[in-house]
Amino acid sequence: MNAERFAAQFPGVQWDAATSSWIVPHEILLDVANFLKTDPEFRMEMLSNVTGVDRLPAKVKTKGEDGKETEHERPGYLEVVYHFYSVSRKQGPLVLRCRTEGRETPILPSITPLFRSAEFQEREIFDLFGIVFSGHPDLRRILMWDEFEDFPMRKDYVEPDDYEWEPTPHDAVLVKARRRQVADSAPPRHDA
Amino acid sequence: MEQGRTGVALGAAMDDRLKSELQRAGIFVTSLEGIYNWSRRSSVWPLQFGLACCAIEMIATAAARYDLARFGAEVFRPTPRQADLMIVAGTVTKKMAPQVVRIYNQMPEPKYVIAMGACAISGGPFKQGYNVLKGIDRYLPVDVHIPGCPPRPEALLNALMFLQRKIDRQTLDASRPLRWYDPMDKAEFPVPSYGAHDLTPSSNRAFWKPEATPRNEG
Repeated sequence: MNAERFAAQFPGVQWDAATSSWIVPHEILLDVANFLKTDPEFRMEMLSNVTGVDRLPAKVKTKGEDGKETEHERPGYLEVVYHFYSVSRKQGPLVLRCRTEGRETPILPSITPLFRSAEFQEREIFDLFGIVFSGHPDLRRILMWDEFEDFPMRKDYVEPDDYEWEPTPHDAVLVKARRRQVADSAPPRHDA
Repeated sequence: MEQGRTGVALGAAMDDRLKSELQRAGIFVTSLEGIYNWSRRSSVWPLQFGLACCAIEMIATAAARYDLARFGAEVFRPTPRQADLMIVAGTVTKKMAPQVVRIYNQMPEPKYVIAMGACAISGGPFKQGYNVLKGIDRYLPVDVHIPGCPPRPEALLNALMFLQRKIDRQTLDASRPLRWYDPMDKAEFPVPSYGAHDLTPSSNRAFWKPEATPRNEG
């Protein structure tokens, strides 16, 4: 695979050495995917995996060129990770990462028109992370029921308080069990 | 009920030693209740449905090696209308729980429930997750719980024998009537609905009460 040619073709794409992946701006995601699929040198015709990542806002330290550490606020974002393989050229995986702008209205282009294998995986990401894929032919929840409103794989998800009894509660479960004991006479939080 | 009472009276009056004495002479004496329960427990028809890997063990139990037919429970019915026993074999997700309760409501009386495996009795390894029901006993009256992940076929056989002993103990005595002889009891268990965050209600508080947490020091 000719990484230099790929980087030259798409100047907006960044190589992230820590994760061995390319960070793609969402505006050109479809162009990049189409290039990888059709270019005779890459011919990435198999999209093996699509998954989501949730990043909360955090303080990150970066080392400048002078070796000094500077701390700055990194806004939160949601991220989708794509793993491409080429079966005909026996190469891969080539990993793309695509980030949303913030966690409030996460919208990304759907890759399903190019790779049918993404259809259910994008539905799962929509279900569990709440990322909306524009251009997806059938964007519904796939694992949880339609009436469900939360996104369980997000880091700030609060699960329903529905386990009351633990034989050996510990750590977070112990905190929960104590809280449950205090409010034992009250009905469960999510009950009608 | 009149006949039932007579049967019970007969059975109770008959001395066990006299019974075996008569049996040796080739005369078999039993009570109506005894033969009624014997026939009921010897042809328990389970409902043919499985939710996860425990169903594979259930299939193994029904197949040649463990042979559930030895206990008269080999006729797995694909319709709840013909089944006596629901073996909840596997993980009950919250999405599946309303369907399980609905199928149970469709079964005719008398009906029994075996909760098979760690997931069905408590949520198992998924207990602290967001999408698995923490035990089917939150919505259904479970007769036998089998722990294990998954339980061995022997455990399911043992549960069935346990259930048979339970059926044997059920009496036709009109002074202690069974629930399903009450024509007013529809035995409809409320089907939970999908809520915005969880199933609503999250358990059937009419018969399921959370136990107190035992370790609460500090």
